[in-house]
Amino acid sequence: MIAIVDYGLGNVAAFANIYKRLNVPAGAAKTADDLRGASRIILPGVGSFDQAVDRLTRSGMREPLEEIMHSGGVPVLGVCVGMQMLAACSAEGRLPGLGWVPGTVKKFDVSTLGDMKALPHMGWNDVKPATDSKLFDGLGADARFYFLHSYYFECAERDHVLAETEYGIRFSSAVSRGNLYGVQFHPEKSHRFGVQLLHNFASL
Amino acid sequence: MKTVRFGEQKYVGDPVNAVRIFNEKEVDELLVLDIDATTCGREPDYRLIENVAAESRMPLCYGGGIKAVDQARRIIGLGVEKVAISSAAVAHPPLVAAIAEQLGAQSVVVVADVKRSRGGRYEVFTHNGRTRSGRTLEEFILEVQRLNAGEIVVNSVDHDGCMKGYDLDAARAARKVTTVPLTILGGAGKLSDLQRLISEFGVIGAAAGSLFVFKGIYKAVLINYPSHEEREQLIQAMRGAPN
Repeated sequence: MIAIVDYGLGNVAAFANIYKRLNVPAGAAKTADDLRGASRIILPGVGSFDQAVDRLTRSGMREPLEEIMHSGGVPVLGVCVGMQMLAACSAEGRLPGLGWVPGTVKKFDVSTLGDMKALPHMGWNDVKPATDSKLFDGLGADARFYFLHSYYFECAERDHVLAETEYGIRFSSAVSRGNLYGVQFHPEKSHRFGVQLLHNFASL
Repeated sequence: MKTVRFGEQKYVGDPVNAVRIFNEKEVDELLVLDIDATTCGREPDYRLIENVAAESRMPLCYGGGIKAVDQARRIIGLGVEKVAISSAAVAHPPLVAAIAEQLGAQSVVVVADVKRSRGGRYEVFTHNGRTRSGRTLEEFILEVQRLNAGEIVVNSVDHDGCMKGYDLDAARAARKVTTVPLTILGGAGKLSDLQRLISEFGVIGAAAGSLFVFKGIYKAVLINYPSHEEREQLIQAMRGAPN
């Protein structure tokens, strides 16, 4: 059963709906108990970093989630701010992140964006896997996903960069470390590309 | 619902069903506007928003009747990427900053419904194009940008539903002062109207209602959308645009 962490931020229903159509059992996790026995965990997130970290902590699911991530047995996928929370900290906030994928979250430097581009990075963009990964199975060169963010993840270790995207600079649009995965884009809002990725995550 | 110049309304279909069709067509982004919420003093229809958001496999923005941060938060919580405000941004601009601060700047879209005034300048209207705001388009954009609006949508009341092309003068006026992502809405009748807009402005959002909903001179309802190939062609037009 795929547990989608429901701590008040993120499109839980959109993920649930996609898995329903794929005939994969999935449900919202609202308490620590709901996380127990999950075969996969999705950590969604929208809005600002501090709010997300704070809400996750207050939900009572942060500790069990950290235990699960530490034990490494269950694949976890952080989405958007859910991915950013895996970092040590973010320039957007003052609270420390979960610190499970070494790196920090930085704000895009507007001066690198050129004339017509602006912040937030909002819209469809290409995602190029940096290594072979089952998460990107079946996603060809035309894979594009929907982004909506002003901050990006900078990995401390090159090995953790799973995919890259260009927006002024080349940034990590997906990261991974062991069974932990993070995607900056919104697979739940990226049509068939997102559905494929979520299907791959369920099949890992 | 579809209107012409913000006037007569024509029923087009059930929103959730329309979303299913737009899913199949892989629409880039959907903007759902409850155009009567503010004038009727209604709250957003949260049940409908929830159903649309659960069904939608593409990014969604909802607008209509949002006057407070809590409403915006609730709507985002239902699985909507962004909220759009229009009348409320005119009546109480600090709302823009409040939503940006609590939900992130990228979550707040400000929609400016505009009409060309006699002097040739564009003025912002509220309440379905009936009430003057007293602000010009440029003043309004500069103000909401200062308040951290994530995106601006300029909606031409005069061109709405006419399907004769975008209001390019309004787009030009907006382009001069907009530093955040900008989208133009109102008037698109053919794919070549989108092409025209993209050729002139390069990176810009092109939004349409009638074009993707009606077919033919009698405006039969047929939900449609350009294919990936057609969209690629439009993007080629953008690559040729001046910076």
